[in-house]
Amino acid sequence: MTTALEDGPAPFVSQNKKARSFGLRSLDPEEIRGIRLLSPTFLYTLAFLIGPILVVVAHSFWTQTYLTIDRSFTLENYRIALTEPIYQDLLMRSLYISFVVSLITVVLAYPIAYFISFHGGSRKGLLLFLITIPFWTGYLLRVMAWKVILGYNGVLNTALIGLGVTDKPVESLLYSSNAVIITLIHAWAVFAILPIFVSLEKIDRSYLEAATDLGDGPVRRFMRITLPLSMPGVIGALLIVMIPTVGDFVTPRLVGGSEGIMIANAIQSQFGRSSNWPLGAALTITTMCVVTIMAGMTVLVLRAAVRWMR
Amino acid sequence: MRISKAVNASWLPLYAALYLVFLYLPVLLLPIFSVNASAVPVFPLSGLTLDWYRSLVGNDSMINSAWNTLIVGVAASLLATILGVGAARAITRYRFRGRRPMAAVIMAPLFLPEIIIAIALLMVALPLGLGLSLVLVIFGHVLICLPYSITVLVSGFEGFDPAYEEASADLGETVFGTLTRVTLPILMPAIISSLLVAFTISLDEFIIAFFLSGSEPTLPIYIWGQLRFASRLPAVLALGTLMLIASLMLLVVAELFRRRAARRSQIEGGFFA
Repeated sequence: MTTALEDGPAPFVSQNKKARSFGLRSLDPEEIRGIRLLSPTFLYTLAFLIGPILVVVAHSFWTQTYLTIDRSFTLENYRIALTEPIYQDLLMRSLYISFVVSLITVVLAYPIAYFISFHGGSRKGLLLFLITIPFWTGYLLRVMAWKVILGYNGVLNTALIGLGVTDKPVESLLYSSNAVIITLIHAWAVFAILPIFVSLEKIDRSYLEAATDLGDGPVRRFMRITLPLSMPGVIGALLIVMIPTVGDFVTPRLVGGSEGIMIANAIQSQFGRSSNWPLGAALTITTMCVVTIMAGMTVLVLRAAVRWMR
Repeated sequence: MRISKAVNASWLPLYAALYLVFLYLPVLLLPIFSVNASAVPVFPLSGLTLDWYRSLVGNDSMINSAWNTLIVGVAASLLATILGVGAARAITRYRFRGRRPMAAVIMAPLFLPEIIIAIALLMVALPLGLGLSLVLVIFGHVLICLPYSITVLVSGFEGFDPAYEEASADLGETVFGTLTRVTLPILMPAIISSLLVAFTISLDEFIIAFFLSGSEPTLPIYIWGQLRFASRLPAVLALGTLMLIASLMLLVVAELFRRRAARRSQIEGGFFA
């Protein structure tokens, strides 16, 4: 997932080394060619993503009465987004859910990525493919499957009764925060496995041999070499799960019930029935900023923890 | 290495097997309950039937949304792949100032909730009087497909020695001739794989289509509408099963092409490795 962004070995650009020395000189033809090739895609993203996001930011400072937008600057929307108890609750719950989901997903994914990378042998490609298949079955369908599993007369309850664990269905399975968490962990598993796998693949195996030769046991070697070197993948996995899940409204709507509703459901209603775009925009921007701060802090804590363990 | 194998060999494969069960079990329920005679998805099954599949035949609103999905998927995957080829070539072949920040912006949709992309496009399109339509959905889908297309295409370019293009030019081939007779044939497996991956993403995408499709629903939007009625669940499961099979076939083909591309360029690994 991160490959395209990485400054990995680019075997065919060695003749172009001097282009990397920065300075005030004019662009050389190679650079111009590169920029010209990347520009259409970059401009597309500017026009259809960055530009529209700036419009969202602008709206968050405006107000709306019925269908007219008042363009005078105000922080009122942010005041509502941050102080109204309903939005506070929804935001806190969304943060809690996306934090728990991303943490559990990454912890569950690490051994799998490790297994494929270190013990996959010649079947690495096949194993990765096997793991990606369920992910391609469609988001809606996977959420629906969990609804079937967790429902009052669902698969899990039937199984529990069949096994004699309980004699009547457990009611709290569906329509709760936990149902949302389980469904999201399942839905985002692959997003955590792939970045961790890629970073594990990059570890030079001779470091591990060196550590063994110098007397490190498997645990110590894992803590001091494998884990620290795979941190970029772990962090990438955390971010790629944590940030998008905070904006999900399908899972909470289908399996969350009233207790599992998240901030994105409130945002969505500002663009539907309630129709208050500026408030919806402010809620969106607030959510993005808060989740980014949470993600940043998680990354810092994680880095410190790994450094300390070493 | 040997020590770690002895320690890990005991629980890692077992864990991996359990994990695969966790990944696959919910997905396997769809086809199982889609052939169940009862409308309620509960074990034990009350009998096998293909009625739910038959009920899909001649369902105009479903067929209509299937067409919409097809149009969006084809357009989005073509556009994402065309834009992706240029970007992947620029990223792998050239070093220039601003390369990393520009690439980071293009990959950003990977780290953004889809709801942001959806409402951002909505808030631009409606005031401009553009109205909601499949065209908007296509634009949105291209954004989320680009990171995947580029990743697939970058691995295609990484194993592509520019010496071939130089040789072709030295031998008197025109720029266009080099493109059609050298560059595209070498890249073709990566291009087809990118088209299929992008199409599959578009086929399943819900949130962007939900906000932007207006009165032209795609299949996921149609399914969402049906989910309100418990009695229609088995038919939805049948439709879901068909979509699952379609996605799987596309992916197997994509993976075969990717492997062919990887063999040509001797790069190992899976989709994203």
